[in-house]
Amino acid sequence: MAELRTQQAPAVLVRLPTVLTILFPGAPPRVELRAGTVAEAIDGLNQRWPGMGDRIRDSSPAIRRHINIFVDGRKARLETKLEPGVQMFVLTAISGG
Amino acid sequence: MGQRILVLVGTKKGAFIAESDTARRSWRLRGPFCETWPINHVVADPESGTIYGAGGNEWFGPAVWKSTDLGETWTHSSDGLAYAEGQEPIKAVWSLGVRDGRVYAGVQPAGLFHSDDQGQSWTHVEGLQRHPTRPEWSPGGAGLILHSLVLHPDDPGKIWVGISAAGVFHTADGGETWETRNRGTRADFMPEDQRYPEFGQCVHCLVMAPGRTERLYQQNHCGMYRSDDGGRRWDSIEAGLPSSFGFPAAAHPRDADTLFLLPLNGDIKGRFVPDGKAAVWRTRDGGASWQDLRRGLPQENAFFGVLRQAMATDRLDPAGVYFGSSGGALFASADEGENWDCVAQHLPSILSVETLVVDR
Repeated sequence: MAELRTQQAPAVLVRLPTVLTILFPGAPPRVELRAGTVAEAIDGLNQRWPGMGDRIRDSSPAIRRHINIFVDGRKARLETKLEPGVQMFVLTAISGG
Repeated sequence: MGQRILVLVGTKKGAFIAESDTARRSWRLRGPFCETWPINHVVADPESGTIYGAGGNEWFGPAVWKSTDLGETWTHSSDGLAYAEGQEPIKAVWSLGVRDGRVYAGVQPAGLFHSDDQGQSWTHVEGLQRHPTRPEWSPGGAGLILHSLVLHPDDPGKIWVGISAAGVFHTADGGETWETRNRGTRADFMPEDQRYPEFGQCVHCLVMAPGRTERLYQQNHCGMYRSDDGGRRWDSIEAGLPSSFGFPAAAHPRDADTLFLLPLNGDIKGRFVPDGKAAVWRTRDGGASWQDLRRGLPQENAFFGVLRQAMATDRLDPAGVYFGSSGGALFASADEGENWDCVAQHLPSILSVETLVVDR
């Protein structure tokens, strides 16, 4: 049922930062997938590159504190809905020293 | 067949490996590995040669890194390395231990996991969370971390852990049930009439003496201790040391009476080596007396510290001793601490040092 829902979900473009893709050999900076929400998009990424979901989302579950996800120019949450053709940006926040 | 000695170094920005032959005079440094993640602890399985790195990245959370080719290539995983939904997520992996192929990982907030597939997936040792004192555990300066992991070499059920600042805990049944092992250790930061509590001590480092599994040594925030009964009772062995404060302790590979420490100048004076002069302190008699070892170490204007996991010995004879500083210098002795060389400098702040001896 979940698979059927994903098949029917909108096609979206996910943009990933290099600092994330280098952790998963072969992962490109732009990924097309079908997802109705940010959480489903993260699930889709994790399906293709096992473990990538853990890097973006913690066990709360929530988007990690120093990761920002933007959809349509606005900061998103896991439950944020994705419209067809939208771009979802995964970005690392400014942190570290 | 010749042997190679690898010194495994965890730093604030990646793992490094310093490598030499058994003479341990010239060293080659490789790294940084693990995509420059903060790597709190790097250990090796002496049986397989697999190297594991424990880390936590501000962006991407906790993971254990692995290399099966002595550091040439690395992968990472955190599959199963999580508490239940709704609980405080794991921030970082702090400590690793390997026994008979099973890998243990201590994490922040304090908890214990193990892996039976070389770090691909992890299982929570839930019994520790069920300890009745768990709701009252308080974090130390680095957070509520499980930083010391002592695995009994022969009995797979027995584990000791050190948690800052909850103290020492022991299980004899593989992690189902745990008991506190803090009797005799001080908590100077508590009210005067409560300085020997059942738990809540700030243990800094816990190690086991070789060949004598009931003997443990403990560097504590408040003193240096030895136990000869598996931690049921601790006795102070700090007389003769320049300070009761320090972080690391490193056991000799064969002599249960020999231990290496690196005392610092106290907890409110910068936590530097005392008087700006670096020294490793060694006992040959189980802590009854101590000798400072300085030859080759900086003896003026040294304002660095050495963290809890940043000193180790190797298994060669004579034993090598190694420590890494908060200022990013790695020091090595090939003769049990008598003479020292700085074998790498200008590294990121060093968080851990361990060793691996491999046949060429």
